[in-house]
Amino acid sequence: MSAKILKACTYIGVVLSVCALVGVVGYILVQGVPYLKPSLFAWEYTSDNVSLMPALISTLIMAALSLLMAVPVGVASAIYLVEYARSTSRFVRIVRITTETLQGIPSIIYGLFGLLFFTTALGWGLSLLAGACTLAIMVLPVIMRTTEEALLSVPQSLRQGGFALGAGRVRTVIHCVLPSALPGILGGVLLALGRCVGEVAALLFTAGTVAQIPDFGGEGIFALFESCRTLAVHMYVLASEGLHLGETYATSVVLLLVVVVLNTTTNAAAKKLSKERL
Amino acid sequence: MSAILQSRPTIERACAPEMVFDATTTPEIAKMAVSDLNLYYGSFHALKNISVDFPKNQVTALIGPSGCGKSTLLKSLNRMNDLVDNCRIEGTITLDEQNIRTDIGVNDLRRRVGMVFQQPNPFPMSIYENVAFGPKTHGIKNREELNAIVEQSLRDAAIWDEVKDRLHKSALGLSGGQQQRLCIARALAVSPEVLLMDESTSALDPISTAKIEELVTQLKDRFTVIMVTHNMLQAVRVSDKTAFFLMGEMIECEDTQTLFTNPRDKRTADYVAGRFG
Repeated sequence: MSAKILKACTYIGVVLSVCALVGVVGYILVQGVPYLKPSLFAWEYTSDNVSLMPALISTLIMAALSLLMAVPVGVASAIYLVEYARSTSRFVRIVRITTETLQGIPSIIYGLFGLLFFTTALGWGLSLLAGACTLAIMVLPVIMRTTEEALLSVPQSLRQGGFALGAGRVRTVIHCVLPSALPGILGGVLLALGRCVGEVAALLFTAGTVAQIPDFGGEGIFALFESCRTLAVHMYVLASEGLHLGETYATSVVLLLVVVVLNTTTNAAAKKLSKERL
Repeated sequence: MSAILQSRPTIERACAPEMVFDATTTPEIAKMAVSDLNLYYGSFHALKNISVDFPKNQVTALIGPSGCGKSTLLKSLNRMNDLVDNCRIEGTITLDEQNIRTDIGVNDLRRRVGMVFQQPNPFPMSIYENVAFGPKTHGIKNREELNAIVEQSLRDAAIWDEVKDRLHKSALGLSGGQQQRLCIARALAVSPEVLLMDESTSALDPISTAKIEELVTQLKDRFTVIMVTHNMLQAVRVSDKTAFFLMGEMIECEDTQTLFTNPRDKRTADYVAGRFG
């Protein structure tokens, strides 16, 4: 009897979660697809034609910049914590508690920090760079934790195998440990990517809402100090203005597509990478 | 097994009392020598005053019940214990009369003293890359030279015929016994002088075990082999010399034949007769 109830509960759970997902995606598609017009992808944003192109490009640049900063630092520190530091040391414990705490902090607090530090104290203003730095700090704990977990799940016997052949620590980590941990690390990067693309609160404070494509061609490196809005911010602004609701839905369709495309390409790349090694 | 062992040692021990053990009469050259080794894991005294010689081109078996320190001793010989937190070692271990802690770099030591583990641990790469990993680590880059080393090592480990057509396939697709022989090939590829085997057949089926035992008897012409085993018949079949360990102490170390048929110590007799352990 109780087994039947349990089974029923699991079914209900599955149905509810699938309904929620299909409902949200379906609703967005139904509302948004009719407004997906070529004019929405115009290079220029005007108050009449709320093109999402500038936001789309800003999103990609913003996500790439923050991951460029966060991934090397996060992966390197996780490697240090797992492979080099003594697992019992106080320092490792403190770092671990800190990263766990940082992971749970609401993004608005990162935004506030970014506003006070990058935007004001460093004088970068509302800018691509301030936004990317803030996002990088925000996703750093995610990357660190997932990389750490991935490294910890690599069997000790692989490290021993490397050491026993006279390979040093660096060679052992790079050739024997990292390949096995790679899928887990990429999972963490994907998670971080998702948070970058979906973030609004932190970016409102740090990158602003100017709908323009960062003009790296004209301004070179100084385009980093221009304000820009990502797709998520773009949606937030459109929705709060309340004038272009249809276009807002269309934007969310595009955002959805961006996330799907980024996920599948990253996964495919990971698969290809691990296949090439074999 | 216990029937064979039970009958022999007790009878012969009765007619030959403690007289055989005399370390000075061993004529062999010691490839590795351990003297007054004490090893602690934190406050736990894992090895107590161990002194033992491992003769060149012979197979030495280390036997004893679980937790007696035989694997710990084995791992001390190529300094794998360095990886264990809180591990403290006193005493000296030499390889060709050089102190392994002071006279030889740790990576060079581990190249000269190779190790095969209890569980096969192939790297997640191709069969070829697994074997080539060691030589590459020690600076061999020439493709042809690597090819030759890989082939020779796989031949030496008696697995070449089984894998020659799939060298660039993943090593993880091999069976357990094949993986273990691959690991032996990998260890041989850096041309070690000593081969440590830590219960290397305990996870394998009887046929794979037989193959590896046969391999060991062939390899001892070129290498000095030190093996930990739980299988006393294996020690009898393969080894020239056997050391019996109990609770961190080495009870006795003798020619295998002598140790099994005519042990000096009662505890050894009881153990090889299968009365405990």
